[in-house]
This record gives sequence, structure tokens and C-alpha cells, in this order.
Amino acid sequence: MSGHTVRIELTVNGQQREAQVHPMTRLLDVLRENLRLTGTKEGCGEGECGACSIFINGELVNSCLVPAIQVQGAVIQTIEGVSSSKKYGSKLHGVQEAFLGWGGAQCGICTPGMIMAAVHLIENTLDPTTITENQIRTALAGNLCRCTGYTKIFEAVQKACHLPGSKA
Amino acid sequence: MRAYLPSYEMIVPQSLSDALALLKTEPGVWQPFAGGTDLMVLFESGKLSHRKFINIWGLSELQGIQENETHIEFGALTTYAQFEKNALLCQEFPILHQSSLETGAIAIQNRGTFGGNIANASPAADSSPGLLVYDAEIELISSEGSRLVKYCDFHLGYKKTILLPHELIRSIRLKRHQNTHHYFRKVGTRKAQAISKVCFAGLALQNPGQTPECKIALGSVGPIPSRCKKTEKLLSQSFPKIAKEKRDWIHAACSELTQEISPITDLRSTQDYRLQVSLNLLTDFLDTLKPSA
Ligand SMILES: Cc1cc2nc3c(=O)[nH]c(=O)nc-3n(C[C@H](O)[C@H](O)[C@H](O)COP(=O)(O)OP(=O)(O)OC[C@H]3O[C@@H](n4cnc5c(N)ncnc54)[C@H](O)[C@@H]3O)c2cc1C
Ligand code: FES
Ligand code: FES
Repeated sequence: MSGHTVRIELTVNGQQREAQVHPMTRLLDVLRENLRLTGTKEGCGEGECGACSIFINGELVNSCLVPAIQVQGAVIQTIEGVSSSKKYGSKLHGVQEAFLGWGGAQCGICTPGMIMAAVHLIENTLDPTTITENQIRTALAGNLCRCTGYTKIFEAVQKACHLPGSKA
Repeated sequence: MRAYLPSYEMIVPQSLSDALALLKTEPGVWQPFAGGTDLMVLFESGKLSHRKFINIWGLSELQGIQENETHIEFGALTTYAQFEKNALLCQEFPILHQSSLETGAIAIQNRGTFGGNIANASPAADSSPGLLVYDAEIELISSEGSRLVKYCDFHLGYKKTILLPHELIRSIRLKRHQNTHHYFRKVGTRKAQAISKVCFAGLALQNPGQTPECKIALGSVGPIPSRCKKTEKLLSQSFPKIAKEKRDWIHAACSELTQEISPITDLRSTQDYRLQVSLNLLTDFLDTLKPSA
């Protein structure tokens, strides 16, 4: 018996959700296929590119590397929850505003992951206006982009650090 | 090719003793699964030949950081991020702090564990050189009890270790030192998220009035991460008393290291490159040391 499935219950973007899946199903697939949250992207499927970045209990992780069984009861936040959470009303998060305003996205495949990594940095910094370029580089080191050449992304995150809508 | 999901199994033990009992009754059948940052990569690419996994992520007995006067001990499930957040560990074992910061990127540091890095036994594991120079001990646990082994005795050969199929790594134990000079450098293809071509850790215990003791370890150059004991002996025995002696000392150490190690050529780098970088890093480390009058 190995094709067995388990029921996973988790909180996603503030809502109770559940899925009946094989315990080793990647969290990425649970989100995209079972829960239809396709904002989270798959680039490499091996932890290198960061397109699948989400938060588990507030920590930034690559959802392609997490088996479903390990998120039983966990609190998950995805890119969909960054703007729609009650915390921000229906408005975009400051990081999203900055990506729009300063050309941080081109094809957009890396963008959800980039935004999650930037939100993680900004929301875990007491005073985001003090964030240095080096800190931004470290925070985004696990996110690859084949379009922008990164400069626009760094600029957008730098701007975001100073927008009021970025504060947690 | 992607893995065929239904051919895999993963179970969640209720407790450590449940996990150990299962590992004992069916030895070699169940493989522990921690943060998954090594295993999921193999799984995803269809290269994970093992089929049955026991999820140990979350077992509280394999977590936590404790200290006493002489040692600090941390659970095998300690992630790189947890290490980085512990002020005491970072202050007293800066090599392991630095290697954690340079392991993958933040998302990997939030999931990758020390136990996984050790058990996976890659010659390129970045925590290995630090664990070696700090003379780390590892507690291995099974349903029969536990044993404390020296990390330097853990590796038997390429990806071969003394870990028995029914054992888990429970914790890592480090001896506390004072007046120590720590050095770490990882050289890869790019600055972040790269597998090491050479990974170097150096330690000098310089207590006033005592002969200094040097320890060095290299990762990624051979089939297993290893201490360079011959070079260490030379370094400690002829430790310079005045600045003028330093150049000859460094020169002699480089010759000794050239004799001592036999770097490999593989898809990541060549023998020549690895040797040259190892010598450069040794020189850089020794340059940072003060003569001991
Ligand atoms: C994108 C990316 C970048 C990476 N960068 C680096 C890097 O820079 N440096 C580096 O060294 N590594 C790197 N790694 C490898 C990996 O993240 C580390 O080796 C990590 O520490 C593995 O820990 P884990 O808990 O995720 O292991 P898992 O994948 O869960 O397990 C790995 C192995 O260890 C065994 N195991 C795990 N815990 C135990 C235990 N307590 N007792 C007995 N056996 C156990 C498992 O059975 C398995 O064989 C990277 C990986 C990825 C995907
Ligand atoms: S898809 Fe997960 S890191 Fe690339
Ligand atoms: S915008 Fe296309 S990959 Fe980054």
C-alpha cells in the first residue's frame, strides 16, 4: 500500500483549507493544483530559483521542497495573501506598489517569489528605512530572474523600504 | 524525469521512540526525512531510489540548544536559521555561523538542518570543515541507547559513514574555547547559493604563555571533508615568535599542505584549481594570525 493519501488541514492566507493528497506531494502542487492558488510559480523545482517562495508560520521557504505532510496544521501565506489579507485591506502591499511603479517585473515568473522574499525582509525589520543594499542582496539571493538583470528589482525593493504600505 | 508519487511512502511517527522502534524492526527500510532540502531535490528529479520515509521534522527530542560550562549542544534538527539566531552559538562558533549564512539562501537556511547536512555526507557540505576544527562530537541514538562519536571519525569514505541504518543523529556537541581565532572561507562559482569548490576552516588557539595550536580542515577537495593534521603539526610546532619569521612559516605550511592533500577533479572544478585555492586560503588564514611572543 503506497498510493495512500492523507487529509491535510492548513490555514492559507487566513482561511481554513484542506486537501486530500499523498503525504509527499509538494506543497507547491497542493497550493497550485488542489487549492487553485496559481500565484505561486514553479521555476526549477529544486530549491534554486525561489519562484515558489511562500511563508510557513512566517518563515520564507521554497514550497517545491516541502512535502505536504510537513505542513499539517501550519499557517501559510502566499502571494495571493500579500495584498488580500485583512492587514492591508484590498490595497496592494508597498512592495507590490514599488514593483509596479519602478519596473520590478518583466515576464513576471520570478515576481511572486521576489515579492515574498522582499516582504519577508521588510516585515522582519523594525525600521525598514534602515535596510541597506547588502541586506536586500542577501534577502533576494535565493531568487533568480532571467529578464530584468536585477537592477530594477533592487531599486523597487529599495523604494518599497520607504513606502508606508510596506510596514507590517 | 519526475518521480512517480504513488511508489513512495512517508509516515509520521508519534514520538522519537516510535521512530526508533520502526527503524529497528525494519532496518534499512525506512529512511529519515528532516528538512528535505537534499531529499526533495533527488525526489523531484526522479533520482530518489529509496521509497519509504519516516518524517522526523518536528520531533522535539531532536531540537533545542543547551549549554553548560564546558559544552554547547544543539539538536540535529537545528536549522541554519536557528543557529544564526542563537547569539551564544554565533559568538563562540563563528565558523559555523558563517557557513550557515553561506549555505544556500534564506529559504534553504530556514529548512536545512545540521543533522541532514552531516548524514547526507556530501564532501561539499559546508558545515563539515567547521565541525572538524571545533572537534565536534555527535550523539547517535537508537532504540538500544545512544553513543557519542567524534565527528572526525564519522566519514568512512565517499558518502559512507558510521551511521547505522537504525540510528538517528540526535545532537551535535561542541567544546567551548576561549582566545580562539576563527577563519572560514567558502569558494564557489558565485557568491550566493553555490556548491563549494573549496571550503576552508582554520582555528588558532592562542592562549598567552602557551604554544599556539592550529587546526585546519578542508571540504570539497577530496572524497570526504578532512582535517589536515600534518600541516597543523607543522604550524603549531614552528609558530612564529616575531613577524619576520612569518613568511617562511607560511611557505613551509603551503609545501606541507601540497604534500598532504590530493584534490580531485570533478564537474565542479579541477585538481589544480582546488590545490591553488586551498593554498591561497591557507595563506590568507595564516596572514591574519599574530606572532605569539
Ligand atoms: C538550493 C539549495 C542550496 C543548497 N546549498 C547548500 C550549501 O551551500 N551548502 C551545503 O552544505 N548544503 C547545501 N544544500 C544542501 C542541503 O540544504 C543541506 O545539506 C541541508 O543541511 C540538508 O538538511 P535537511 O534537513 O534538509 O536534510 P534532508 O534532505 O531531510 O536529509 C538529508 C539526508 O540526511 C538524512 N538525515 C536527516 N536528518 C537526519 C538525522 N537526524 N539522523 C540521521 N539521518 C538524517 C536523511 O535520511 C537524508 O539521507 C543546498 C540545497 C539546496 C536545495
Ligand atoms: S521552483 Fe522552488 S525554488 Fe525553483
Ligand atoms: S521578470 Fe521574468 S524572470 Fe524575472
